Amino acid sequence: MSDILTPAFIVSVLAAAIAAGTALLYACLGELITERAGILNLGIEGIMLMGALSGVAGCLWSGSAWVGAAAALAAGALMASIHAILTVGLRANQVVSGLALTIFGTGLSAFLGRNIVGVPPPESFRRLDVPGLAEIPVLGRILFQQSALVYISFAVTAFLWWYIYRTRAGLRLRALGERPEAADAMGIDVTRLRALYVIAGGALAGLGGAAISLGTNPGWTEGMTAGRGWIAVALVIFAAWNPARAAIGAYLFGGVEAGQFRLQTAGVDLSPFFLNMLPYLFTILVLVLSTREATRRALSAPAALGRSYTREDRG
Amino acid sequence: MSQPSAAPAIAMRGITKRFGNVVANDQVDFSAAWGEVHALVGENGAGKSTLMSILAGLYRPDDGYVEIDGQPVQFRSPRDAIAHGIGMVYQHFMLVDTFSVAENVVMGERTGGVSLQLPRVEQRLAELGETYGLEVDPRARIWQLSVGEQQRVEILRLLYLGARILVFDEPTAVLTPQEAHSLIRTLRGLAAQGFTVIFISHKLDEVLEVADQISILRRGRIVATMPAQGTDRRELARLMVGRDLAPIVEDPAHSPREATITGDTILSLRNVTAIGEKGVPALKQVSLEIQAGETLGVAGVAGNGQSELAEVVTGLRRTTAGAIHVAGRDVTNRPAGEIARAGVAHVPEDRLATGLIGSMDLSANAILREYGQPPLAQGPFLSSAAVANFTDSLIARHDVKAPGRWARLRTLSGGNQQKLLLGRELSGAPRLIVAVHPTRGVDIGATEAIHAALREQRARGAATLLISEDLDELLALSDRIAVMFDGAVMGIVPARGTDPEEIGLLMAGVAPEATAHG
Amino acid sequence: MAEPGLLRGYRIERVPSPPRGSVAIITVLSLLAALIFGGLVLALSGENPLTIYQAMLSGALGNWNGVAETLVKTTPLLLAGLGVAVAFRMQLWNIGAEGQLYFGAIFASWMALYLAPGAPGWLLVPLMIVAAMVGGGLWGLVPGILRAYFGASEIITSLMLNYVAILFSDYLIHGPWRDPQAFGFPGTPAFPDAAWLPRWGTTRVHLGLLFGLVAALLLWFLLRRTRWGYEIGVMGENPRAALYAGMPMARTIILVMALSGALAGLAGMSEVAGIGHQLQRNLSPGYGYAAIIVAWLARLHPIGAVLVAFLLAALTVGGDQLQMSLGLPAAIAPMLQGTILFFLLGGDILTRYRLVKRTPALAAVTRENEPA
Repeated sequence: MSDILTPAFIVSVLAAAIAAGTALLYACLGELITERAGILNLGIEGIMLMGALSGVAGCLWSGSAWVGAAAALAAGALMASIHAILTVGLRANQVVSGLALTIFGTGLSAFLGRNIVGVPPPESFRRLDVPGLAEIPVLGRILFQQSALVYISFAVTAFLWWYIYRTRAGLRLRALGERPEAADAMGIDVTRLRALYVIAGGALAGLGGAAISLGTNPGWTEGMTAGRGWIAVALVIFAAWNPARAAIGAYLFGGVEAGQFRLQTAGVDLSPFFLNMLPYLFTILVLVLSTREATRRALSAPAALGRSYTREDRG
Repeated sequence: MSQPSAAPAIAMRGITKRFGNVVANDQVDFSAAWGEVHALVGENGAGKSTLMSILAGLYRPDDGYVEIDGQPVQFRSPRDAIAHGIGMVYQHFMLVDTFSVAENVVMGERTGGVSLQLPRVEQRLAELGETYGLEVDPRARIWQLSVGEQQRVEILRLLYLGARILVFDEPTAVLTPQEAHSLIRTLRGLAAQGFTVIFISHKLDEVLEVADQISILRRGRIVATMPAQGTDRRELARLMVGRDLAPIVEDPAHSPREATITGDTILSLRNVTAIGEKGVPALKQVSLEIQAGETLGVAGVAGNGQSELAEVVTGLRRTTAGAIHVAGRDVTNRPAGEIARAGVAHVPEDRLATGLIGSMDLSANAILREYGQPPLAQGPFLSSAAVANFTDSLIARHDVKAPGRWARLRTLSGGNQQKLLLGRELSGAPRLIVAVHPTRGVDIGATEAIHAALREQRARGAATLLISEDLDELLALSDRIAVMFDGAVMGIVPARGTDPEEIGLLMAGVAPEATAHG
Repeated sequence: MAEPGLLRGYRIERVPSPPRGSVAIITVLSLLAALIFGGLVLALSGENPLTIYQAMLSGALGNWNGVAETLVKTTPLLLAGLGVAVAFRMQLWNIGAEGQLYFGAIFASWMALYLAPGAPGWLLVPLMIVAAMVGGGLWGLVPGILRAYFGASEIITSLMLNYVAILFSDYLIHGPWRDPQAFGFPGTPAFPDAAWLPRWGTTRVHLGLLFGLVAALLLWFLLRRTRWGYEIGVMGENPRAALYAGMPMARTIILVMALSGALAGLAGMSEVAGIGHQLQRNLSPGYGYAAIIVAWLARLHPIGAVLVAFLLAALTVGGDQLQMSLGLPAAIAPMLQGTILFFLLGGDILTRYRLVKRTPALAAVTRENEPA
C-alpha cells in the first residue's frame, strides 16, 4: 500500500493518463467541433470503432502506422458523412441518427474485421522521446516521453482553441451553433459548413480509434473502444465546449483508466468490476455537477445544439 | 453616394412564392428608386415579409426575378444579396446574443484574412456610427444592449458591409414612440444620402411620416403604388383591407361602455417581483387590481415585462416576492393547473408554442383544460365519446372551420386556431381572462370575432387582463390602461380621455410627474 | 446552393401533415433500400449477398425451429422496445434499456435464488416479475430523477448506467452469487424449477412472449385511452403546453422513465427465467440497443412494435445462423439494423416534403435568368 504514493508512481500515472487519454481527447475534440456547429453526434463510438479497424487494416496493408492513421481519419470522415447527410441535409432526428451510426459502426467493424482479429500490426505508434524536452525533470517524463499521436493531439488541441476563439472562421463556427438563422442572414452557408464540421469531427474521432488500435492496445478486436466514444460525448459537456478543458477532462479519464490498472498491480484489494465502473459513474457525476453549474452560470452551451435548421421553416 | 440612374435601384418582376397551398406572393411587381424611402404596407399575412425575404436572398421565388439598376440578378442565398448591396433588418434581429457588436459584424465580412482583427472593426464601426448618428459601443455584448441599440447594430452592420439598399421589416414594432421617431429621422437621413430604404409596416401614421412612395400589398398582390403626398390614412386603410373602412376597432371616444364594473376585486397583485429568462429581474414590485366586469389593458414596448406579468398570473413563472390573489384566494406560485381551476382563462402570447399542440388533432387540443374532469375523465380513463362530443360542440359553437375533430391542429389557419383556443378557454365561464396579443397574426374576420367574445365576457362580469402592443386595440377594449416599462408599472390611466402621446411617454419610461403631479 | 440538375423544373414543397398511408410505404421502402445497401457492402467485401440473405432467411423462418428461435428473440426485443417507445413518446431519450434489462434480470435472479427460492411457481413467477420491474424501474428512475431535478441529459446518464449494470452483474456472477459447483463459464446456480417459465412444446418459446404481447396491448390502451397517456402525449409533443395545462412535468418524467425501465427489466426477467434459468455473462447481445430500432421503426406505436420486434428478431436469428452455415460473423445483423435506421430516417423526409412540377412558364423564366 505504501508504495503507491511515491513521486515516481504519481509521475508514471500522470504519463500513463496522457497516453490513455489521447484516444479520448481526439474523439472529444471531434464531438466538440460538431457540437459547436450545432449538431449532436452520438455516433462517436461507432466512428471510433471504424477508425480503430481502419487504422489496423491500413497499417497491415501498407506496413506503415502513418498510413493506418490516415485510413482512420478517412474512415471517420466517411462514417460522419452519413450523419451529416441525414441530420444536416435531411434534418433527421440527431439522437436516433447518431445511435444508428453507433450500431452500424459496431456491426460493420466486427464484420469487416473478422479476418484480422488479434493480428498484430507491423508498426504502431511507440514512445518517441522529444530530444531535449524529454530530459526535463518530471514534466519531460509526463509530456515528452510519449508517442507521435500524443504530440499531434497537443497540437490539434492548441490549434482548435486558437481556431474557435481567435479566427473569423471560428467565429462563424460558433455562430452556426449559437444562431444559425443569424449566420444564414449574414451569408454564411449553414448547411455546407455544418456538414463540413460534422465530417471533420468524425475524422478526428476516427483518429481517436486509431490512437487505441495503433497506440495503446495495438491490434484489432471487436468492440475494442469499450464505450470511450460515449465518454467522449459526455466529456464535451464537462469541457464546456472548450478544447483546453477537453484535454484536462480526457487526461482525467485517462488517469482513472491508468490508475485503476496500477492500483490493481499495486495490490489494492478492490473488485475490478467496481473499478471499471468508476469512469462511468464519474461521467454521471461530472454531468450532474456541470449541468448544475450550467443552470446557475449559463454555461457556454451552443444555444442551437441539436436543432436542425431549415430556412423556409422560420417563424 | 450612388450615381443617379434612370433605372430603379431595385425592381422585382412577376414574383410568385408559395408555401404549401398558400400563395404568399402572386405575380408581384415592385420597384424603388435611389434615394427614396418606399413603404410597403399591408395587413398581417399580406405577403410583405415574404417579398422582402426574397429580395434578401433568404427565399427563392417560385417565379419571377429581381433587377438591380436595371440588371437582372439571381440570388441563391443572402450572401449574393449582400454582395449586390441589399441588406435587411429583420423583425427578429439576426444577431448572436453572446457575441459583441464587432463580432456580429465580422461574422458577415467576406474579406479581411484569418484573424478577427476586432480593434480595426471596432474603430471603423465607431466612425460609421458617428457619421450616421448611430452610436453604440462596438465592444458591448448584444444581450447587454437595449432593443433600440440592437437595431442600430443591425443598421451599422449593413452600412459596414456596403449595403446600398436597406430593407426594414416592421422596425418600429419593438420601439417606443420616441425611439421610433429617432429611427425615422435616421432613415430620412440615409435616403437623403442616396440610399434606398424599403420600409415594411402596417402602421399608417408612421408610413405617411417616413415614406416618399407607398405600395400596398393585399393577399399576396400589389394593389396600388402611389406617392405618400396626397394620400391619407383612410385611403391606405381601404386599399389594405379591400373594403371601405368599417371601423376595425371602435373609436374609443365614442364607444359606449356599459357600467359592468361591480366593485368585486377579481385579480390583485401586490409588489410582485419575478426573474426573467436572462436571469435579471423582469418584474419589479408590480401592483395592480382588476375588478369584475373590468378590462385592464397593458401597454408597453415588447420586452418590458408584459410577457412575464401574464406568466406569473397564470402560474407559468415563479414570483420571487409579492402576492397574487384571484377572487380573494392566494394563488402565488401555485401550479398552472390549479390557477386555471380557480377560474383563470389564459390566451397565451404564442398560441402554437404554449396554448396548443400543433402536431395533435383538434380533440386533443380541445380537451387540454378539461381532460381531468368528468364527463371527459372516467376515473383514470378518458371517455372517447365524451371527448368527441366536447370537441364537436366547441367547433360548432365557435365557428371553427376545420375538416373534422381528427384534423391536426397545424393544418388550420391562424384565425381558426385562435378561435378554438379562445373557445376552450372561455367555455368554463372564467372569472379572469388573461389575454396576450389575442389578435396577433389573425385575419380581420377572426379579429372581430375575438373582440366581440372579449366584450361579451366583460359584459358577463369577467375581469380581463389584456396585454397588447396594438394601442388601438387596447383603447377600444379597455377601461383602464397600465403602461409597463423595464418591468415596472409606470402608470395606470383611464382608456377614455387619455392622450396617446402620454401613453407613449410612459412607454418610454418617462415618469408622469408633469401630468399626474399635484 | 445550386439546384441539382435532376430537380430542374421541379420544386420541393413542405407537406403540412403527412398522409398516414405514406408512412407505411416509406417504412417498407426503407427496409428494402437497407437490404440493397447492405448487399452492396457485403458484395464489396467479397461475399455473395444473395447467398447470405438466403441463408439468413432460411435460418430464421425456413423451418419451425427457426421460427421458434425468432419468437424467442422477439420476446426481449418487444418488451425492451415498448419501454423505449414510451420514453421516446415523451421525448425522453432513454438509451439505457440494456442496463435496465440487466437490472431486471439481477432482481429476478435475486428473488428466485435468495428471497423466495422455496415458493411455488404460481407465486414465484409473479414475484420475479415484480422484482424485475422494480429493478429495471429503479435503473430507469435514476436518469429520470437526474433529468427532472438536475437537468442532466438522460441520453448520457442512461447510457453510462448500461455499463455500470453489466459490470455489476459480472461482479455478482464472479463473486457473491457464483455457483461453486459450476465449471467453465461462471454463472449463478440454476433457478429452482418453480422459477422456470413454461415453454411451448419442445421449443424454447416461453411464456415471456405472452408478457410482451399483453404489455403491448396494455401500453396501447394506456397511451390511447387514459388521462395519463394523454398527458404523456402532450408533454412529448409540446412541453410548454403541458406546463400551461398544469400537468406535473417532473413527476411524469420520473414515472415514464421508471415504466420504461420496468418494461426493459421484464425483458431481463423473461430471459433468465425463460431461457438461461440462471444469471450468466453476456445475458443480452445488445437487445437494449436493438430496442431503440424497434421503437423507432414502429413509430413509437406499441402494436407496431410487435411486428417490428419479430422482424428484427428474424434478422438476428438469421445473423446467428450465418455463423453456423457460412462461418460469417453475426455482426451482419447489427450492421443491417443500423442501415435500416439510416434509410428510415432519410426516407422520412419523403413524408414531410413532396416534389411539385413547376408550370412550364415558371421554369422558363427561371432558366432565362440563369447566368450563362
